[in-house]
Amino acid sequence: MVTLSYYLIFAAALFCIGMYGVLARKNAVAILMGIELMLNAVIVNVLAFWRFRTPDQIAGQAFAVMVYAVAAAEVAVGLALFISIYRRRNTVAADEIDLLKW
Amino acid sequence: MSVYQIVFLITAVVTLGAAVMVVSARSLVHSALWLILALFGVAVTFALLSAPFFTVVQVVIYIGAISILMIFAIMLTRRVMQDTGPGVNQGWWMALLLSFLLFGGLAWMLSTWEGFGTALPALPEGVDQVKALGVALVSPNAYVLPFEVASVLLLAALIGSIVVAWEKK
Repeated sequence: MVTLSYYLIFAAALFCIGMYGVLARKNAVAILMGIELMLNAVIVNVLAFWRFRTPDQIAGQAFAVMVYAVAAAEVAVGLALFISIYRRRNTVAADEIDLLKW
Repeated sequence: MSVYQIVFLITAVVTLGAAVMVVSARSLVHSALWLILALFGVAVTFALLSAPFFTVVQVVIYIGAISILMIFAIMLTRRVMQDTGPGVNQGWWMALLLSFLLFGGLAWMLSTWEGFGTALPALPEGVDQVKALGVALVSPNAYVLPFEVASVLLLAALIGSIVVAWEKK
């Protein structure tokens, strides 16, 4: 019998793996991939709570749609930023983009 | 073990393994390909949660659009990708420790919640979930305002990314 706990642990593990990628990777595109994993874990959580706790309400699914829209906006802006940075500074390594660091 | 359980466990193992490869692969293109597998695993999870609409959306938006966009970005910044040296920064072990701590904390906190072992309830009879979601998203009594705000956010993000990536002559 699969209970809510399976999905929650799965989503927590996916979130933590994504967080490791965000914190540890050097390349900015790889950091963005980590963020994608984290957002996917969030959507799994939202849908699991909808399915197990309130399957008769539509709020969970509507919330998941919003998360999708925000994720798409985030990746579009992020990749545009990286391409712009690459054009100006010839690098997308996160530790070399240190203009604001002193 | 029921079939549902076996399918879920296989999906979870494949997804998490692919996710680990995403964050640990040296080559960014390999990372992106593993990301596609991980996203597929999440799509299967949505199917197991009886959310077919989200399975399709996951395949179309995440695998079809976002991962291809990622691969484009990797190709456009290719020279950096082939840089030698480690793909992780010096503090990677702290990130690993923090991730494990967060996972342990989350698992402990969730296990103390009384709803943790909720069994799978039956879906309400005679309700077309996709239709209900579609109606709810454009109904003034439900979620039309968040839906429109999300649309405006998406439009603003698209215009913003064009402006940011514009090459000034």
